[in-house]
Amino acid sequence: MRTVDAPLRSKVLWSVVGWLVVFVFFFPVIWMWLEGLKTEPQAASSPPTIFFVPTLMEFQEVLGGDFPPFFINSAIASIVSTLLVLVLGLPAAYALAIRPVKRTQDVLFFFISTRFLPFAASLVPLYLLARDLSLLDNILALILIYTTINLPLGVWLLRSFLLEIPHDLFEAARVDGAAFRHEILRIVVPLIAPGLAATSLICLIFSWNEFFYAVNFTSSTAATAPIFLVSFISGRGLFYAKLAAAATLASLPVLLAGWIAQKQLIRGLTMGAVK
Amino acid sequence: MSILRSVGIGGARDAAASVSRRDAWTRRLPLLPAFIYVFLLTQIPFVLTIYYSFFSWNLLKEGSFQFAGLDNYTRLVTNESIRTAILNTVILTLSVIAISVILGMAVAMLLNSEVFGKGIMRTLMIAPFLIMPTAGALIWKDTLLNPLFGLLPYLLSPFGLGRVDWVNRFPMATVVAVEVWRWTPFMMLIILAGLQSQNPEVLEAARVDGANPLQAFRRITLPLVRPFIELGALLGSLFVVQTYDSIFMLTYGGPGEDTTNIPFLLYLVAFQGYSIGQASAIGVVAVIITILVATFALRTLFSIFQVEARR
Repeated sequence: MRTVDAPLRSKVLWSVVGWLVVFVFFFPVIWMWLEGLKTEPQAASSPPTIFFVPTLMEFQEVLGGDFPPFFINSAIASIVSTLLVLVLGLPAAYALAIRPVKRTQDVLFFFISTRFLPFAASLVPLYLLARDLSLLDNILALILIYTTINLPLGVWLLRSFLLEIPHDLFEAARVDGAAFRHEILRIVVPLIAPGLAATSLICLIFSWNEFFYAVNFTSSTAATAPIFLVSFISGRGLFYAKLAAAATLASLPVLLAGWIAQKQLIRGLTMGAVK
Repeated sequence: MSILRSVGIGGARDAAASVSRRDAWTRRLPLLPAFIYVFLLTQIPFVLTIYYSFFSWNLLKEGSFQFAGLDNYTRLVTNESIRTAILNTVILTLSVIAISVILGMAVAMLLNSEVFGKGIMRTLMIAPFLIMPTAGALIWKDTLLNPLFGLLPYLLSPFGLGRVDWVNRFPMATVVAVEVWRWTPFMMLIILAGLQSQNPEVLEAARVDGANPLQAFRRITLPLVRPFIELGALLGSLFVVQTYDSIFMLTYGGPGEDTTNIPFLLYLVAFQGYSIGQASAIGVVAVIITILVATFALRTLFSIFQVEARR
């Protein structure tokens, strides 16, 4: 009996420990949801309200108020820049993986070094350029910058997926006389659909959550979701329930996308190094 | 497959050497749009940043653009703010990475052992990394740590801690805590991938041979996940060095300059002070610091790729 019980007991013990740790880390998210479901007086009460009747009032308030334009700007900036990354990145990754050029390693190094160049390196000139082209507070500026941020990552990631396609497939296609564009569209795209998904996911996460350029390059017309949250730290008084509802809504797309595509997340975050 | 992998890095040179010129261009062509795009939007601005760093220029003052030599740099050396900012950046980055690697390792080992509901645990665990950083910081500051209405001061008050105003009394610790909350899942994911690549039979064999769990951990598990820990730490530090969102939301660099790191100082100088030249000099310094960190990061990344290729 003992030999059967010991592993089970240790499994129960470690499960309890594990769930406690997970609870601690996940709790702020639960609390954010709970606060969003409260009324303002409940959210700003001392001691904090633990038991209450949930209401969607604050969510309705946020969605019916001035939040949607911010949300839409975020969606435009993220989706368009992600598409640009795929369009520019796939041919580049293809060239680096399937038809390696001289100095492939140097080119890869160049791409990745730009990803980790701090924004401090190019911030001032980009700001002046945006100002001179009247692109300040214009969503186009954010789209171009987010593409720059994500493109190196996209190239690396797509390349790591392309390397997994059996080489014979391309040989066969070339023998059949398939043109380059054909090769990409008919063979590559279907085969690396998971790679395209992983790349899109990572690009969406980074651009949706991006704050530095958003807060400094936009003010109202082109402001994105995180900028809406900034308004809560200055001069809105005690609007904790509304704040929590807005934070929940702003975080929702990335949270859902990340949860759905968990398997791709790790690979994307390490630029394909870890599978 | 194995041939293909070895073509990945290093093999490219030999493969490309024999092809004709025309073929070389058809190979290069698909690369060009991305290359040119990235070059235009990162390299040229960087050169301009270096150029501006030798000028004195206040954006709000018409005609204030004039050559200043090394003034912006000498000011950086003599200025207290930049030294504080560099120190804060180092403290923040090192403590966030160290703590989140240790916690991430612990959680990864929990999730790699025999526990109930592994999948759900992992799913919930990655949430802090996915939550918008600005949103996460606000939730911590206003609903969890707020001395009057926050949950944590309330829960801690029976322990004689009273209603501590965490954000104002321990600003750096608060920023570190919130960043650790966000980066532990990241480390956990990478280290867990390392642990899962381990053959359980090896550990079992070590156990049969009489190794205690601690020995097995030190001699077998740790060497195996070490490159994963290094990768996580280095990628993480490249991101954490740039921390801006949570500082903006939690402390706005304060009180005083207690939580002003390099990115936040840059923001203050460029967008609050409009000193273009000075901001550019800070930018150049930030690049030098990042290059030091990144060199190590990239070396690790490439070595991992080469291990992959050899498999």
